Amino acid sequence: MLDTLIDIVAGTFMIVGCLMSLAAGIGMLRFPDLLSRLHAATKPQVLGLFLLLAALGLELRSWAVLPVLVLAWLLQLLTAPVSAHMVGRAGYRTRHLKRETLVADELAAVVEAAEQREEHEIGRDRPRDRTDFID
Amino acid sequence: MNIVLWICGITLSIAACLAIVRLAKGPSILERVIATDVLLLIISAALCIEMTVNQHANNLVFVLLACLVGFVGSVTVSRFVTDRRNA
Repeated sequence: MLDTLIDIVAGTFMIVGCLMSLAAGIGMLRFPDLLSRLHAATKPQVLGLFLLLAALGLELRSWAVLPVLVLAWLLQLLTAPVSAHMVGRAGYRTRHLKRETLVADELAAVVEAAEQREEHEIGRDRPRDRTDFID
Repeated sequence: MNIVLWICGITLSIAACLAIVRLAKGPSILERVIATDVLLLIISAALCIEMTVNQHANNLVFVLLACLVGFVGSVTVSRFVTDRRNA
């Protein structure tokens, strides 16, 4: 009885975890620009992997593998924001974004101020016709 | 458990196909980095499901390694991306 219950819970976790991956794939294909695709791609990284590792722990039912499962999830939890931040930073710097889809762009004022200060101090004239990359 | 395995296999296959389409289309290298990351996650998800269905823990090291490889790869590539049209 209890075994069947645990099997059902683990199966549900597996299906939902796979649906996270499917959501990431659909989002990768359908979202318009780099930042929204980044948003879709980070869904299976944390919750999807957590659900699949939880299903694995439920099915194995051994305390010995539990630290490894926790380690795998914590590693992903720590590295996913860092890599997403790096990709987003590179995307902002190389202008791979659609500005009309942004609600708030808090970095724009900072970048503008830094460019003005640099021009004022160094006297170098930057080209002003930097266009955004639209695919 | 067999039905669950079929559902998960079909779902992950569709997701992998979509990620590969984005990998081929992706207008910039950053999209390709994200698509590769998603593909790697789908592979580690498939490893998890195979372990769950067959009740063993042999592939857990590969799941850990997939996390690390994805992290190092995406950070390295996005570190060296430059703006080729404007700079």
